[in-house]
Amino acid sequence: MNSDHLLQGLKERDPRAVAKAISLVENGDPLADSILASLDESLIDQALVLGITGPPGAGKSTLTNQIISYFRSQGKRIGVIAIDPSSPISGGAILGDRIRMMQHALDNDVVVRSMATRGRLGGLCAATGAAVRIMASSGCSHIIIETVGVGQSEMDIIRLADITALVLAPGLGDDIQAMKAGLLEVADLLVVNKADCAGAETLAMDMEAVARERREKNEGVIEVCMTVASEGKGIKDMLHVVAKIDEEYRQSGEIMKRRMKSHDLEVLDWAVELIKPKFLKMIAESDTSRKGDPRMKAVEILKKL
Amino acid sequence: MAETTHRYRVLIGKPGLDGHDRGAKFIARALRDAGFEVVYTGIRRTPEEIAAAAVQEDVSAVGLSSLSGAHLRLFPAVVDALGKSGAGDIPVLGGGVIPDEDISHLKQAGIVEVFTPGTPVDQIIQAFQQACEAHQGS
Ligand SMILES: Nc1nc2c(ncn2[C@@H]2O[C@H](COP(=O)(O)OP(=O)(O)OP(=O)(O)O)[C@@H](O)[C@H]2O)c(=O)[nH]1
Ligand SMILES: [Mg+2]
Repeated sequence: MNSDHLLQGLKERDPRAVAKAISLVENGDPLADSILASLDESLIDQALVLGITGPPGAGKSTLTNQIISYFRSQGKRIGVIAIDPSSPISGGAILGDRIRMMQHALDNDVVVRSMATRGRLGGLCAATGAAVRIMASSGCSHIIIETVGVGQSEMDIIRLADITALVLAPGLGDDIQAMKAGLLEVADLLVVNKADCAGAETLAMDMEAVARERREKNEGVIEVCMTVASEGKGIKDMLHVVAKIDEEYRQSGEIMKRRMKSHDLEVLDWAVELIKPKFLKMIAESDTSRKGDPRMKAVEILKKL
Repeated sequence: MAETTHRYRVLIGKPGLDGHDRGAKFIARALRDAGFEVVYTGIRRTPEEIAAAAVQEDVSAVGLSSLSGAHLRLFPAVVDALGKSGAGDIPVLGGGVIPDEDISHLKQAGIVEVFTPGTPVDQIIQAFQQACEAHQGS
């Protein structure tokens, strides 16, 4: 398929074209450029990008599955980008989020794409951002990014979302403590999932306290919701809250502000990604001894640009 | 190794009604450890669901596992479903408890490789590697 074919396919919502286009960007194929340059900007502006993050096993995919069902009942076309970590040793990955969403497998208006982090410092944001725009251009009005909320690269990805829900569940223990500092500060919505399990009330009360504190500091809307994703309970209420936040943020200009920030981040990500091979070559050529202070060498290399 | 951006993406699925996915999970992990990105779709999938997922994920190969004895019907059904989705170019490999006499039937029906419980895991990985290389070259 050439890029004209792919663009036409995107317009026609052809699943293969959407998938191929995403692969091209993910693999850094030069063909991707002309596609990314010709996407439908107005569709991209209108789409709502919802980030779903949280510790492993909190129920993010199960919740995503329910969110898909809800939006589909309203006739909306949905995109999902489910990100899982690559193995640092082999570079491979098992991408298993789709298991929870297979009930929508035959629905052409549910576009699910699994992505591995590929252990790269940069590049992931860029690839995810491009996938979001490709899905939006193919008519997805709502796009969900699911990612495990640990690590810096995940934090960066979540900045691509207009609105972020942090999904927690009782009984996950220390994981949550470890994340508190980071994600609790960026989430707009705290979802206590597995509300059917012991400890959910206590967790919800803790989260209410966090929310109150952030509201007092004027750090955004921040709401707490309770869900039983495995039974589809609480989803409608949660999505009403999302819609409310979306409206408020669009009016206040917050969404615009976030998109500008994430745009800058993506450009930075691409810049680093694109310059990397050149730098590696310059480093290898500049000295063969491989001795001395790396930072000073970096400064020298930058001077040569 | 983790630096290269290009990775082979494969899908491992389990069509049919039997609920044992030990074999499928074992292969999925072995492929991950060999550097593949493995989309795993879980148990009890219809051939159409597996094909649709393979298209959306743009994988270079599909691996199927069956222990129920229904492989003669289910594996070719996945090949058909891929063809109907315009993805007949994606190679299908299959494994499970498969009697020797069924292997040639399956190969005739378009399954490019067939594995049995005796197949060494390295051979399976190599078969996926070759199938992916052939697919990317096409
Ligand atoms: N009791 C209960 N179990 C749930 C609920 N939501 C999800 N689960 C179960 O929790 C387990 C993990 O769910 P997933 O949706 O895969 O969780 P996840 O956060 O996507 O997990 P990773 O992608 O591995 O990080 C599954 O066995 C679900 O069935 C819930 O509301 N209540
Ligand atoms: Mg998940």
